[in-house]
Amino acid sequence: MSLAIEPANGGVAAGVGATGAGVSAETAGVGATGAGVGAEAAGICPAGTSVPAVVELSGASFAYPGSAPVLRDVNLRVERGEFVAIAGPNGGGKTTLVRLALGLERPSAGSVALFGEPAARVGRRDRIGYLRQRAQLGIDAPATVREVVAAGRVPRRGVLRLLRAEDHAAIEEAIARVGLDGQARSPLARLSGGQQQRAFIAKALAGQPELLVLDEPTSGVDVDAQESLAALLDELHRTLEVTIIFVSHEFGAIERFVGRIVLVRGGIVFDGDPAKLPISWHDPSHVHS
Amino acid sequence: MRLAFAIGAIVGLVAPAVGFFLVQRRMSLIGDGVGHVAFAGVAAGYLLGVSPVLTALVASVGGAVAIELLRARRQTAGDQALALVFYTGIAAGVVLLSAAGALDANLFAFLFGSILTVTNGDLILVGLLGIASLALIALVYRGLVAATLDEEGARVSGVPVAALNVSLAALVGVTVALSMRIVGILLIAALMVLPVIAASRISWSIRSTIVLAMAIGLASVFVGLTISYYANLAPGGAIVLVAAAAFGAASLARALRPVAR
Repeated sequence: MSLAIEPANGGVAAGVGATGAGVSAETAGVGATGAGVGAEAAGICPAGTSVPAVVELSGASFAYPGSAPVLRDVNLRVERGEFVAIAGPNGGGKTTLVRLALGLERPSAGSVALFGEPAARVGRRDRIGYLRQRAQLGIDAPATVREVVAAGRVPRRGVLRLLRAEDHAAIEEAIARVGLDGQARSPLARLSGGQQQRAFIAKALAGQPELLVLDEPTSGVDVDAQESLAALLDELHRTLEVTIIFVSHEFGAIERFVGRIVLVRGGIVFDGDPAKLPISWHDPSHVHS
Repeated sequence: MRLAFAIGAIVGLVAPAVGFFLVQRRMSLIGDGVGHVAFAGVAAGYLLGVSPVLTALVASVGGAVAIELLRARRQTAGDQALALVFYTGIAAGVVLLSAAGALDANLFAFLFGSILTVTNGDLILVGLLGIASLALIALVYRGLVAATLDEEGARVSGVPVAALNVSLAALVGVTVALSMRIVGILLIAALMVLPVIAASRISWSIRSTIVLAMAIGLASVFVGLTISYYANLAPGGAIVLVAAAAFGAASLARALRPVAR
């Protein structure tokens, strides 16, 4: 654990600095006190005292029943408006970390808060846009770009309610933001891998999320598409002020745009400014713990 | 005959509409499993002296929801849950039917469909259930599409995926029960699946796939029933063969128009 946090903690401070307020620095102090009760209190801070982090893991560990722990004692705080890359070798636990953060799994120890609420019991989940790996999406569905993006509006509007003018406007805006306005009526099957990726990003944007989480968005997409994906996310981050968590086993183009990189290998082994990442670690599959 | 066409029209529209979501979620065979549970329901109806359609309705909705709950709680893999319910259903059906002394020709009407044995009571029940099913699909359509495109993404963003999955399972159960008299328990799943895969050869969107599948389902039932009436064949087999031919025709149309929308 100590390996994970101490040497690199400048990164956390940098993240806090980016969001501005001195209040946040104080909050980070509270979060850092770590253990049990303190962490819980930091996660569920009463309104007015400080702004809760978008994601906060405090001493979180996770193990599948009967197996060795996948993650041990993870402390991670992502502030509103950050653009964070979570990287690490396959099997290093980065997907598990994200599943914990989203409340899809519960930690075996420690606590996980999302928007200041326990992650598994967040009241308004429509604040989250989650884009899974390409292979897990319904890319072979006989759907048009607009149908895919409209599905992303369901969390915000509710399953049983009809879409209103403002919903249609949000759908069209999301399509335009990813540059697919010319292809709105095209079936997914007629788009390139990179364009399909953009359609699903637009789907996540249609719900106007405060937090956008992308799990391995670059897998199965060519280098040019990866480059333009990174630039697109940078633009979304700057114009929409959305908090973005980008999970990948490789850095690639994204490294130039993020303010913070978190390397995960059984725990957090680096957390900070990409510029301060040791050169030998730039290929995260070679990370030494 | 008119009764059979009226019931068939409802079945032809509802089965592919429900089937679309099964095909997209790679659950095409669930209709088959639920059909076997419906068989146990029919048998229970004979034994209790109640309308077999009603008992089949209860059994198939219960069976479909049970499969979904087993799958959702990851207590068993999807195919194992299906196998468990599938074989228990058909075994229970055979045992109950032999206990009722009803392993006879009447049974064939349930297994493969029948034109002549449908009643006014069947039409009312199928009509009400069919309209209710289409209304429910329309109501939860957007949610089902969201869960179909990315189930976990939808769950993370707060779409009530578990409730939608149970609704879909209940719809499968209802569809099986209402299709039973016309298509037969053994061929129900085909009418849910074949029109959808035929439609997806030539469709250009989710909406067009569902509408085309419903049209193909309706046409298959009408053509199949007509053939079965004049040639004195089991309607279930005739209807499903017409739907299979529709798939062949759609594939041909796609091959001839490779850049078709």
